[in-house]
Amino acid sequence: MLIAVILGFIFAILVPFFSKFVKKAIPFGYSLLPLSLFIFFLQFLGEIKSKGHILFHYQWVPSLGIDLSFRLDGLSLLFALMITGIGALVFIYTTYYLKGHKYLDRFYGYLSMFMASMLGVVLSDNLMSMFIFWELTSISSYFLIGFNNEDPASRKSALTALSITGFGGLVMLSGIILLQAVGGSYSFTELLNSSEIIKNSTTYGWIIALFFVGAFTKSAQFPFHFWLPGAMKAPTPVSTYLHSATMVKAGIYLLARFTPLLGDTFWWNSTLITVGAVTMVFAAIHSVLRVDLKSILAYSTISALGILVFLIGIGSEKALLAAGIFILAHALYKAALFLITGIIDHETGSRDVTKLAGLQQVMMPVAVAGFIAALSSAGVPLLLGFISKEVMYEATLQFGDWAIILTALAVLTKILLLVAGFWAGIKPFTGTLPAEFGKAKLPSPLLWIPPFLLGVLSLGFGTFPSLITESLIQPVFSSISGSDTIIQLKLWHGFNLVLVLSILTLVSGGALYWFLKPSNDLFQKTVRFEAISPQNIIEGGGKLFGSFAGIWTRFFQNGYLRNYVITILAFLTLLMAYRLFGEVNIYIDWNQISAVSHYEIIVVVLMIISILFAISTNSRSVSIVALGVVGFANCLFFLFYSAPDLAMTQFSIDTLTVLLFMLVLVKLPKNKQYSSKGIKMRDALLSLLFGTLIAILTLEVFEEPSSSEVSKYFAENAYILAKGRNVVNIILVDYRGFDTMIETVVLVIAAVGVYSLMKLNLNPSKKDL
Amino acid sequence: MEILLVIIIGLLHAGGLYMLLRRSMFKMIIGLILLGNGANLLIFLLGRLVKGHPPVIEDGMKVFADIYADPVPQALVLTAIVIGFGLQSFAIILIKRVYNVLHTDDLDELNSTDEEI
Repeated sequence: MLIAVILGFIFAILVPFFSKFVKKAIPFGYSLLPLSLFIFFLQFLGEIKSKGHILFHYQWVPSLGIDLSFRLDGLSLLFALMITGIGALVFIYTTYYLKGHKYLDRFYGYLSMFMASMLGVVLSDNLMSMFIFWELTSISSYFLIGFNNEDPASRKSALTALSITGFGGLVMLSGIILLQAVGGSYSFTELLNSSEIIKNSTTYGWIIALFFVGAFTKSAQFPFHFWLPGAMKAPTPVSTYLHSATMVKAGIYLLARFTPLLGDTFWWNSTLITVGAVTMVFAAIHSVLRVDLKSILAYSTISALGILVFLIGIGSEKALLAAGIFILAHALYKAALFLITGIIDHETGSRDVTKLAGLQQVMMPVAVAGFIAALSSAGVPLLLGFISKEVMYEATLQFGDWAIILTALAVLTKILLLVAGFWAGIKPFTGTLPAEFGKAKLPSPLLWIPPFLLGVLSLGFGTFPSLITESLIQPVFSSISGSDTIIQLKLWHGFNLVLVLSILTLVSGGALYWFLKPSNDLFQKTVRFEAISPQNIIEGGGKLFGSFAGIWTRFFQNGYLRNYVITILAFLTLLMAYRLFGEVNIYIDWNQISAVSHYEIIVVVLMIISILFAISTNSRSVSIVALGVVGFANCLFFLFYSAPDLAMTQFSIDTLTVLLFMLVLVKLPKNKQYSSKGIKMRDALLSLLFGTLIAILTLEVFEEPSSSEVSKYFAENAYILAKGRNVVNIILVDYRGFDTMIETVVLVIAAVGVYSLMKLNLNPSKKDL
Repeated sequence: MEILLVIIIGLLHAGGLYMLLRRSMFKMIIGLILLGNGANLLIFLLGRLVKGHPPVIEDGMKVFADIYADPVPQALVLTAIVIGFGLQSFAIILIKRVYNVLHTDDLDELNSTDEEI
């Protein structure tokens, strides 16, 4: 199983090397990958039917509870089959569609990487590895959408898609972490047992909200829907793959997957119903306002995703069953419609639905495929779309008080989608062929067989639902709903309200198709609402955020070192002051304080005066001298308190510093006044605060009892082990001898630096040193 | 006495920081030295003040008979003083050099690095 999932990644890495050696036959060879995976997954059908689910476990990062464990049940099997099956058709289709494209091998690399990530998402049992695959789909779809990398619009769409889905993924990650915190595991299978605990926990609301953002961004729900139409900039095989069966269904998969775990609560149901209903109606209306075939399909896809969210939201057994069937039905007909659009585009160079007509005269097999797909999308009897629609109406009709409204919305959506489906699948193939498309001809079978095959499947499954009822739909239903009810799919439900609604849908949809001609005018009327569209608002928000980041950065990273120091120290001072005054009890133990003698007072006063001088004077020499006095006063303190070595060192070093200063700097001009009074006041205030704080801290630390184990060890062993009487010296040259050696090296480096700076002459013409 | 030293330590830190925030490079070095002095004194003070008992073992003895000043902070401070000197001398020469080349002591005029030197 692990191999099945990561095969795509390995393949993606190897593709560029393959194509270097074997040019021609390879594209067909590539298609073997999804095909063999498809067959691999097919053989699990029987086992899933009898066992329910199979777990595969591979360790990855056990210390963090992250494993590469995979869970194969009805739902993930359905997705795996769609991913690999439609993937195989897309691979074959592409061999002709992008024939001779210079980046063809790159395209296959992206495509197989994407396929592998999708498989990872739907098969992962561990939520962390699911998240990783989830983000991988975002990244690989970014490459696919932006495949025409020289087109700026294409790059922009790719970036929009990546930022929206990537953002959703990160939000979902926080949801996963919360879920782990409550449920105690990253494994979905284990979490299922603690479903009640999670639903009753206080963070439940947060968890579902975060998961919703992840699912809605991925599945293009309102108001995150706008990345999907933009993603139509990709080559048609990509659109087919991303939007019929894979990428956008990942969000649906997520919701369906978590229904048994998180579902069936008020907030879960009402949010999903609301968002799903808004999306399906909104996008269905949009889809009949477009004239570009791909735009029509994009909006009808969003609408279909809305329906799925809506159905999962209703959450009754019927609704979940309807969702399960509709996932499959939609994937079959939508993939076919996309592929057909690609063929039309490839052969005529146009996707304008107002112009396209009469193509059945030259490409009959394509027309048949389009016809079946459009009928399935409309839900005409004998097609899979019909069954899914019937079950969906049953589900909405059972929904208590709101049944009428929900059913009305569903019917409205279905009518509009019927029109959109007919425009995409039937309209180009009726009427007479315009002269401008005279050169169009039937393309290679490689192009038309895939959509034809999908049409056959729609028809086959729709006419003989028993083909899939037990083997596929039943396990899917059990894994979404978690119940054991035996389901039955029938073509004929008898004369009832559902049938009436179906007929109503078909008749009014057909009538609408008859009267409403696609035109640009309709679309133009919506343009004025552009300013309040979610896309504009989010893009505006993004810009605002960007400029805010700019201001923020320029404010803090302004290039002035001292401003950094001010920021850091002001923050530090405030933070420490807060702690000190809030929680620490300041006290002075007078027993520890030694008495003051008169000569000490003299030194202290001397020191204070010289510090003030060093700070305030404007004369360079005075401040150097004052600095010298500070150093010597320091030296006296060392002398008073039993540190003769320190005193000697301080004395010589201080003398050297003052001399060096005098020699080198006295030639410089007088100090200038650079800063204004206000800035000086500000700095003085901050410095005083900082100094006070350090003083208080020193006092507090001083009052704390300290342990002098180390000192005691050194003192007791100085003579015995190191044969020396001066303990400070012994520490420096014996116990810490290596440190001292390194320190000497540092000094040597500094000396070399000083020497070379003195001697270096960058500009030989000026001998200025 | 410790209280007075604490005040001096605070003053040294305050003065050092104030000078560090000036635009003149010369004042910056003064600030650096003041801060260094303050830190040395701080470490020294935390080793407790002991009068008249340097950490030197008397002749003929193998261990201390009486109380003695803590040798560890002293060793640390000694290192700090010496390293501080290395830093100071390098900085002094550096600003001398900068002034010779660019004829300014103002840090804010050093923002552009593209000047031909």
